[in-house]
Amino acid sequence: MVCMEIARAGKRLTARDAGLVACRRCARVWPMGQARCGRCGSHLESRDARSLQKVWAWWIAGVIAYIPANLYPMLKTNTLVSHTENTIIGGAVELAHHGSFGVAAIILIASVLIPVGKFLAIAFLAIGARRGSSVPPRTRTHMFEIVEFIGRWSMIDVFVVAILSSLVQLSVVASIQPGPAAMTFALSVICTMLSAQAFDPRLIWDAVRRQQPRKTS
Amino acid sequence: MTTETLARTTPEEAAIEDLIACPHCDALYLAQMPAKGGRAVCSHCHTVLIAPRTKAGKKMIALTLTVMILVVAALFFPFLDINAGGIGNSTSILDAASSFRSGYMVFLSFLVAAAIIFVPLLRTVLILYVLIPVVRDRPALPHARRAFRLSQELKPWAMAEVFAIGCAVALVKVQDLAHIGFGPAFWMFSALVILVLINDNFLCTWSVWKSLELEND
Ligand SMILES: [Zn+2]
Ligand SMILES: [Zn+2]
Ligand SMILES: [Zn+2]
Repeated sequence: MVCMEIARAGKRLTARDAGLVACRRCARVWPMGQARCGRCGSHLESRDARSLQKVWAWWIAGVIAYIPANLYPMLKTNTLVSHTENTIIGGAVELAHHGSFGVAAIILIASVLIPVGKFLAIAFLAIGARRGSSVPPRTRTHMFEIVEFIGRWSMIDVFVVAILSSLVQLSVVASIQPGPAAMTFALSVICTMLSAQAFDPRLIWDAVRRQQPRKTS
Repeated sequence: MTTETLARTTPEEAAIEDLIACPHCDALYLAQMPAKGGRAVCSHCHTVLIAPRTKAGKKMIALTLTVMILVVAALFFPFLDINAGGIGNSTSILDAASSFRSGYMVFLSFLVAAAIIFVPLLRTVLILYVLIPVVRDRPALPHARRAFRLSQELKPWAMAEVFAIGCAVALVKVQDLAHIGFGPAFWMFSALVILVLINDNFLCTWSVWKSLELEND
């Protein structure tokens, strides 16, 4: 079930082609030039010209914060007999060494695979929006949806640190403290989420429509 | 799925309030409400545009109320307890949220508290405020549109379900350090996560915007 297409002289139209500006929040269209959506109050822009600049600014901040997040300890564990400091990867290795492969995999996926994958995906989308890409635009739109959906799951490790540091406070027997990486890791996740939110996915389709103006499906 | 056979119309023939633009690719459509349970999908990028559900509003309100009660209840009961070498400790969600005490780490406490308590609670209040009059066929309450927009903008920052996975990971991490038990709040929180996931699938934002359009506030 699809809505009725809007076309002029056999060519499918975008809101911009029709002289309209679309609201990205509520999908309502308005005459070109209107500044705010009369339905939901969002700021309207036919194409957010500064979208890519914002994407790269948050992206760089996210990458910079991600470096110390991997170098410094995430958790400091004190027990009667030992004092250990674990980085993100160190913690996962430790878990695997104790046989918890499933949880080690969750940590590695949430804290390494997802953040790094997101950095690469956002960079790919931003470059493709400017220069075009051989990857079909529909695939790139899905990629953007996945990046938007998955970003928050990287916060797992920060929450684990929060739970452990409040729970494991057993005087001298065992205590856990958060390390500086918890802070920079959280900042990195926030910056990457903002970077993805700044991306205007309509740019993906504009580049394609410029290359193939007659394309109808 | 082919859309070639669909009737087409030009933008000049259609009233502007009946148009809908895909937020991901800017394709313009004449909005037609699909049958309950059906979906209207963008034929270019496959983004779901409209997905009304039967009695969605009433189900939403019931679920949202339950979420609110569970979040509040979960705050006041112990969440996890721990035992090692005769020393015990129990922690609540508030303790976990305030576990980053020293210096700049306090920022992290604010962040965790916002992501797992304040933002999810605020979203439930906003959604109830908007939906209750809609379901009862009453005029919308003042600033309903602003409230709904805020609830949508906050969506990526509500992370209760991510926190729940974090709990599971935390349990495994300390399994050889101490014995851990579940408090009543843990089970409430698990129920809450399932409800949050169901809840988000019920809400067709376009249908809500459409019903708010008729109001003047
Ligand atoms: Zn709008
Ligand atoms: Zn070991
Ligand atoms: Zn689309």
